[in-house]
Amino acid sequence: MSTYAAALSDTVNVTGRNLKTLFRTPQALIFATVQPVIFVLLFRYAFGGAIRVPGTNYVDYLMPGIFAQSVAFGAIGAAVGLSADLRSGILVRFRTLPMARIAVLAGRTTADLARNLAVVVVMTGVGFAVGFRAANGIGGLLAALGLVVIFAYAMSWIFVTVGLRVSDPEAAQALGVPIVFLLVFTSSAFVPLRSMPGWLQAFGAHQPVNALASAERALILGGPAAHDVLVSLGWSAGILLVFGALSARVYARMSR
Amino acid sequence: MSSPVIEAASLRKSFGQVTALDGLSFQVPPGSVLGLLGPNGSGKTTAVSILSTTLLPDAGRATVCGLDVVADAPHVRASIGFAGQFAAVDPNLTGRENLALIGRLSRLTRKQARIRADELLAGFGLTGAAARLARTYSGGMRRRLDVAAALLHRPPVLFLDEPTTGLDLESRLALWESIRALVRDGTTVLLTTQYLEEADALADQIVIIDSGRAVDVGTPAQLKSRFGTVVFTLGFGSEPDATRAAVALAEADGRYLPERAGTEISIRSGNGSGGLTGVLRTVTAQAPDPVTIAVHEPTLDDVFLTLTGHMPAEGGQTA
Repeated sequence: MSTYAAALSDTVNVTGRNLKTLFRTPQALIFATVQPVIFVLLFRYAFGGAIRVPGTNYVDYLMPGIFAQSVAFGAIGAAVGLSADLRSGILVRFRTLPMARIAVLAGRTTADLARNLAVVVVMTGVGFAVGFRAANGIGGLLAALGLVVIFAYAMSWIFVTVGLRVSDPEAAQALGVPIVFLLVFTSSAFVPLRSMPGWLQAFGAHQPVNALASAERALILGGPAAHDVLVSLGWSAGILLVFGALSARVYARMSR
Repeated sequence: MSSPVIEAASLRKSFGQVTALDGLSFQVPPGSVLGLLGPNGSGKTTAVSILSTTLLPDAGRATVCGLDVVADAPHVRASIGFAGQFAAVDPNLTGRENLALIGRLSRLTRKQARIRADELLAGFGLTGAAARLARTYSGGMRRRLDVAAALLHRPPVLFLDEPTTGLDLESRLALWESIRALVRDGTTVLLTTQYLEEADALADQIVIIDSGRAVDVGTPAQLKSRFGTVVFTLGFGSEPDATRAAVALAEADGRYLPERAGTEISIRSGNGSGGLTGVLRTVTAQAPDPVTIAVHEPTLDDVFLTLTGHMPAEGGQTA
């Protein structure tokens, strides 16, 4: 078996293990799906009435933000899962096996990718149920969801890096949640940036969750999308490169 | 002696200011068990981590099956099995799934992994629990599954880091028996333990390690005869008889230093249990025959105390 085929086979096996684990720990699945659903319902019915977004129904404005928010929070799962493996000693066992090193990390992010796809599908269904409509047609919606999934994959590498450094799942969660909260709530995910003070707008306009939400809206609701899509893809590619390399380095340096 | 399967040469490792290994060297011949015996923090786990390729030494060299553990780490991994201090099994997989996964990651085909997993489950008495999630296992079952997981690809070399820490007596004895069976089949084992009786029961050679250095090496019997003294206790029918025997020994030639307590006298022997014949000959020449004779062999506790000046952890205590 060639090195690449072996690495691929190892990644498939680790992915399968992570997905099994996911389905057997219902609380993780609930965290991944129920929480975004609650956010949809809260923002659609509790807060939504008070939020005015000129030129569009709030539910159509909201759903792209919800997609970004769900996968951003979901990405923390990579840190929780890896830190649990670190604490249980499974990671040490993996490191004594003649397996491809990258498979431990790639198997984690690939399992998360599958989970995020499922979450995005569920959220789309929930969105349609509460009145969301994709004005720009199915093509635009699918392109937007594609961007969401790419972003989700990139984000999970950030939390792979975190998980490798924190051998306590609760601590990994506690570290991840504020970071994601900050990114989501200073972005245009739930409210237009224009409603924020200037200094906050400056931060909000230049961060990846905002880039994703803007690009999604352009694709779903219609309008010039090319620039926003490129910015979002740029963020995802940048995060992937930096944290892919960083996590590989952290993993390799665990031997020191 | 045939060339060693495991060799550590002047291994050094520090974590910040803390020196974990301070020039540790030892060799393990093929098909034998080396017990690395030492208290918590003596460097046992650090040594095993370096040999099992999960930690890089600062200095020194180590080989497994002739392969350098740093330069040839990927090849070393194909030859070793490792079971650490914590039962590193996935609680959310069944026993069989845990083993099949490790089998696949050890480069077995799907079919080989499945067959081998079932063999090992049977060998470790886990067939009945094979389809249960590992999180429902008892501590002893998890540890057996963990050791089984180290054996999927039939590694010729096995590293066991405190394999029975925290186990009850029955589970410990069962695991000892499994380890002995592996050794009979030719596996070379490096075992760390803080239990003297475990090293005594399993190891062919014992390296006593303290503060990252080997303070002595030998077979359990060698270490005991070198550092422990055999004590004979002779019981007599009356105190005067015991006194006469004690006087006889004291006057013999100064070799014996008998101590009398009531109707019993105890004598320390410098040359092992073989000294008993001489003691009895001396006693029976001048006093009645003793009515009871007891021989107290030295324990490795005596050895350890002599070498390191402190006692290792008590059996049953967790690391």
